[in-house]
Amino acid sequence: MLSEIEKREIAAHRGHYADVRAVVPEALKIVQGHRGWISDEALKDIADHLALAPDEVDSIATFYTIIFRRPVGRHVILLCDSVSCHLTGYDAVREHLASRLGIGLGQTTADGRFTLLPAACLGLCEQAPAMMIGEDVHGNLTPHKVDEVLARYD
Amino acid sequence: MTEPLREKPLTQNIHPGAEPLDLRAYVASGGYQGLRRALKMTPEEVQQEVIRSNLRGRGGAGFPTGKKWTFVPMGPAARRPKYFIVNADEMEPGTMKDRFLMEGDPHQVVEGAIIASYAIQADVAYIFLRWAYKLSSRRLARAIAEAREGGYLGRSVLGSGWSLEMHLHTSAGRYMCGDETGLLDALQGRRATPRAKPPYPQSVGLWGKPTVVNNVETVACVPHILARGAAWFRSLSHTGDGGTKIYGASGRLRRPGLWELPMGTTLREIIEQHAGGMADGLRLRGLLPGGASTEFLTAEHLDVRMDFGEVQKVGSRMGTGTVVVLDDRNCPVGMLLALERFFARESCGWCTPCREGLPWVVRTLEALESGRGEMRDMEVLDMHARLLGPGATFCALAPGAAEPLAGALRRFWADFERHVAEKRCPWR
Repeated sequence: MLSEIEKREIAAHRGHYADVRAVVPEALKIVQGHRGWISDEALKDIADHLALAPDEVDSIATFYTIIFRRPVGRHVILLCDSVSCHLTGYDAVREHLASRLGIGLGQTTADGRFTLLPAACLGLCEQAPAMMIGEDVHGNLTPHKVDEVLARYD
Repeated sequence: MTEPLREKPLTQNIHPGAEPLDLRAYVASGGYQGLRRALKMTPEEVQQEVIRSNLRGRGGAGFPTGKKWTFVPMGPAARRPKYFIVNADEMEPGTMKDRFLMEGDPHQVVEGAIIASYAIQADVAYIFLRWAYKLSSRRLARAIAEAREGGYLGRSVLGSGWSLEMHLHTSAGRYMCGDETGLLDALQGRRATPRAKPPYPQSVGLWGKPTVVNNVETVACVPHILARGAAWFRSLSHTGDGGTKIYGASGRLRRPGLWELPMGTTLREIIEQHAGGMADGLRLRGLLPGGASTEFLTAEHLDVRMDFGEVQKVGSRMGTGTVVVLDDRNCPVGMLLALERFFARESCGWCTPCREGLPWVVRTLEALESGRGEMRDMEVLDMHARLLGPGATFCALAPGAAEPLAGALRRFWADFERHVAEKRCPWR
């Protein structure tokens, strides 16, 4: 079952669209916001609430980048690996992040603090190399600056 | 050629780091005058004014904006509701101009969307925003709410009798959402796959209804065209394409950034004057003029004017107008690999040449970069540059991936050969 607050937040978007399916991406983001990721149970809760088949909801959940169908850490690091970041030091930043966190791309630290994911161009090209952590953007990254940034997330 | 007016209408209110203008301040600076003028005209007159301005779509394709609007069925027989959509799913690698406009002056985007909606008599407008643009999301949501309270949206806009609802839709991330028809499927809550055209969205679009999709920067130009006229807008440009352009530059430059300049500004002025030239000790080897899906140019093209026609004459495209610069300490094959990895990962899988061909390109480039390449690999790459070109797939993703591939083979052939001959990447 979706919680009352999840239902209320989804209802606020439902009226924006001519068809109930259109609210699915937003519903997935809302439920993920409360539960951290989209488990099979969460998927079924959304499908039941919107009277859709779970498979229909899963076809959306598995297509879009920021819907997580596996558990993630408290903070998700999205590290841009597109062209401008590639040219300005992405490799050094990735290697530093991987060694500081002890994980590779697609993995979560053992303490559940960080998940490190590759990301397509974040539109921060004038401050490349760049990454997002949660809703925050961090640009002009160097290995030293990465250390400073990581320290701000518990 | 007469010198363009040196005005910066799109960025006149933008002060990076500061809060954008709220409704009151935006109106005080002359905002919503374009909408007031448009509402005194017929929708067809608004379309004609934008046609006369020579505004061409800033998302990359450069289609004449006013002309796109004329394809929408008008009058009482037209099927409703009609939709207007701002494509704010900026995700072309190397491109960050729409974020700058939405963060910096959200009301300008909202006003442009209202005028464009009026021109096609839309009933509902969506701003389809990329998930990563959190600050844009907050600022656009506030601007829409203020516009609604101020009577610029909702029932009978400014007492005109014409009504418009506007919603901010935030995507869940995928390059395909930026494709016009992929966007429509994404907005309908489906996987973003391209649709066959025709029918074009102007007649059969969102939920099968007449729909226009325009890029953020395109939409931001519209209030100024209506407020100050098509002739004034044309006089902002060096060339026949009207208006100013938000140019950008990234890579190892002294001052990477974004600048509003007359349409048709040369690559040299953008790179050397505004971006301050290459960073210390580096030499320019090549550039992508307008994002990842444009062909490589080199230093010999620096005097090319950046507009839709001029860049095409030298075999590339202006695209989004945000330049990515390759320096001599970065490997061109490695840069191409980063580009093709993006396209391969973002392929939606709908069309076979794209789904199967792009990973093959990536694996071939990985072999070259790691010293396992052979001379015939370049034939494989060349073959893909042709097989992934226009006409083989529903949308422009694969042709976009083929452009830098073909360009790199043309401009950096000797560098590919060195990878094979030396059995390693010479830059590592």
